[in-house]
Amino acid sequence: MTHHGSRVLHVGSLARVEGETALYLRLDSGEVAEARLAIYEPPRFFEAFLCGRSYAEPPDITSRVCGICPVAYQLSACRAVEDACDIVVDGQLAALRRLLYCGEWIESQTLHIHLLHAPDFLGCDSAIDLARTRRADVERGLRLKQAGNAIMELLGGRAIHPINVRLGGFHRLPTTTELRPLAERLRRARDDAQETVRWVAGFEFPDAGCDNDLLALAEPGTYAIESGTPTVMPAPTTAGLPPGSDRALPTRTFGVHAFGGHVVESQVPHSTALHSLLDGRRHLTGSLARYAVSGRWLSPIALQAAQDAGLGDPRQGTVCRNPFRSIVVRAVEVLYAVDEALRIIEAYEPAPRPYLDVPARAGTGHGATEAPRGLLYHRYALDADGTVTDAALVPPTAQNQGAIEEDLRRIVQERLRDGDPTDAELTALCERAIRNHDPCISCSAHFLDLAVERTGNSF
Amino acid sequence: MPSVTRPRPRLAVWKFASCDGCQLTLLDCENELLAISEKVEISHFLEASSATAPGPYDLSLVEGSVTTQQDVDRIQHVRAVSRRLVTIGACATAGGVQALRNYADVAEFQAVVYARPDYIETLATSTPIQAHVPVDFELRGCPIDRGQLVEVITAYLAGRNPDVPRHSVCFECKQRGTTCVTVAHGTPCLGPVTHAGCGALCPAYGRGCYGCFGPSNSTNFPSFIPLLRRDGMDTLDIVRVLRTFNTAAPEFDAVSRKELGQ
Ligand code: SF4
Ligand code: SF4
Repeated sequence: MTHHGSRVLHVGSLARVEGETALYLRLDSGEVAEARLAIYEPPRFFEAFLCGRSYAEPPDITSRVCGICPVAYQLSACRAVEDACDIVVDGQLAALRRLLYCGEWIESQTLHIHLLHAPDFLGCDSAIDLARTRRADVERGLRLKQAGNAIMELLGGRAIHPINVRLGGFHRLPTTTELRPLAERLRRARDDAQETVRWVAGFEFPDAGCDNDLLALAEPGTYAIESGTPTVMPAPTTAGLPPGSDRALPTRTFGVHAFGGHVVESQVPHSTALHSLLDGRRHLTGSLARYAVSGRWLSPIALQAAQDAGLGDPRQGTVCRNPFRSIVVRAVEVLYAVDEALRIIEAYEPAPRPYLDVPARAGTGHGATEAPRGLLYHRYALDADGTVTDAALVPPTAQNQGAIEEDLRRIVQERLRDGDPTDAELTALCERAIRNHDPCISCSAHFLDLAVERTGNSF
Repeated sequence: MPSVTRPRPRLAVWKFASCDGCQLTLLDCENELLAISEKVEISHFLEASSATAPGPYDLSLVEGSVTTQQDVDRIQHVRAVSRRLVTIGACATAGGVQALRNYADVAEFQAVVYARPDYIETLATSTPIQAHVPVDFELRGCPIDRGQLVEVITAYLAGRNPDVPRHSVCFECKQRGTTCVTVAHGTPCLGPVTHAGCGALCPAYGRGCYGCFGPSNSTNFPSFIPLLRRDGMDTLDIVRVLRTFNTAAPEFDAVSRKELGQ
């Protein structure tokens, strides 16, 4: 094997992410000249074929963008269409939407923690491999995931592509009696979720920081999930703080309707996912961003678990910027979602009608919610009879692509300083860095093929 | 008692254009997942494991539809290394929602989504796996049903044919004891022409079936379409509901074209 001159290497495919991705690294004289995440998930053209459909259809149709976060698509779509029609869903119907979303958070984040991400920290290839030595941990994860699925199945009809969501609310409301056994199951799930936070908090975390602006929805008083205002926490370096600083900085907000003016998508030649910049800079959305923006509104039990897990106290302004620790933040969010689901069930009273009428009218509507992987924005333009004339979907992974590339650049650069890594080591390292961000690549346009091009004579 | 160790059957899961929902259904078999993983060797399943082993495989589950030239080549390879090939879901058996491009000018679609459509390589069509290689069994649904998936895997492991009903959603409503939403409320419902498998979910939640399991074995569209019209659907509504997740299924495609006089 020669490291002299220029060459391209293809090494395997990235596993345990949702979708297909290739990574291209160009190393020049021991420096990272280029790190590109190339999402080659074939385009499926949702935005194009939504045009000409009825305004009632985006919730069912856009759920098929992603089987791992269908509720995020359904509810962002509902919010955007309802916004265009000037309808606000509140009260018990809104609470039930949040309950359904808690189900998706529990299911999807637990899937990522146990089946996709934890094997990285424990030197395994898969959860199945993990189950050979740590069966109890994997089984606890599967139980927790089932609790999330149980919420989705009761409220949504099924766990993947629920059928019960519609504009204005639901097709059918659950009865108080139907929710009762779910509450019992969630009380057991709360213990499992607490145990999961303790489990992942014990992993070893490399030192790392991410110096991007963080973007999440905020809804003062509660941990934003299904609604809120886009809120930006700037990178520490922009305030003269050292990179990776865990101090919270003053945030700025903008209305959901102004999203397109702030988050600007552009196409890059190497990817079927569009890249986006927030006010001209790379940004990160997802668990780290949400925790920074909303951490102080976690429920007492989740706050306590976060502190015990070493995340500091978000009420004192401590922010976690280490992408490797995102697995801990995610576990705290699962605990919160279980706790919140219980709270909603305890306060539940069926609404008088399962849905509000949403009469069509001409207009443009905007909707954003917190998908498990980060902020998901939808925009629709409707004509007077409710036909969709224009559609835009901005998924979290497409927004995170730039920040992930930045992470890769930094991590590989640091590794190069400690000597000459093999391609296999580089692949493993990059895969970890990518999985930290739980990318959902079906959404952004999926797996890692690593291509390394080395030039120069430094190795 | 430790038994004589026979090599376990080798399972592979492949993805083409899709939302990952059908393979996620396999990970959603929480109660059966560890048991299945003990009975089979999961040799290739990128969503779940970074360890991959080369073929041949005893059973390949294929998700997703064919939308790129690379897909066309890759599915030939998958077929060549698989003893049995089962497609999972509407994308793999009927082109999926992305087959809506089959009715449009893909260049126009690209231009709506991408500023530089020339960077994007894609075929003008989204086609089911069966259009490219022989398939041993097609499992319907968008997404597939967990119970049916476990049945298909168990059946192939036992060397028998899967027992998956091929009648319509209407039968499942009767089994479930759900009142017919069309008869009781005049709600338009695709149940009579839709493949069973979901357990008649939508009617149980008070909405009409929108056909996510694709066409059932025997569809009588000439008497069914007037029923939809009676319940308030116009031609475009009918075309739209048929042209959604199973748009490239021959039965749905033919009727939607007929409705439009094409
Ligand atoms: S059939 Fe439906 S659920 Fe399955 S992969 Fe395709 S879009 Fe997803
Ligand atoms: S009733 Fe129809 S649309 Fe609803 S889940 Fe079943 S097959 Fe799909």
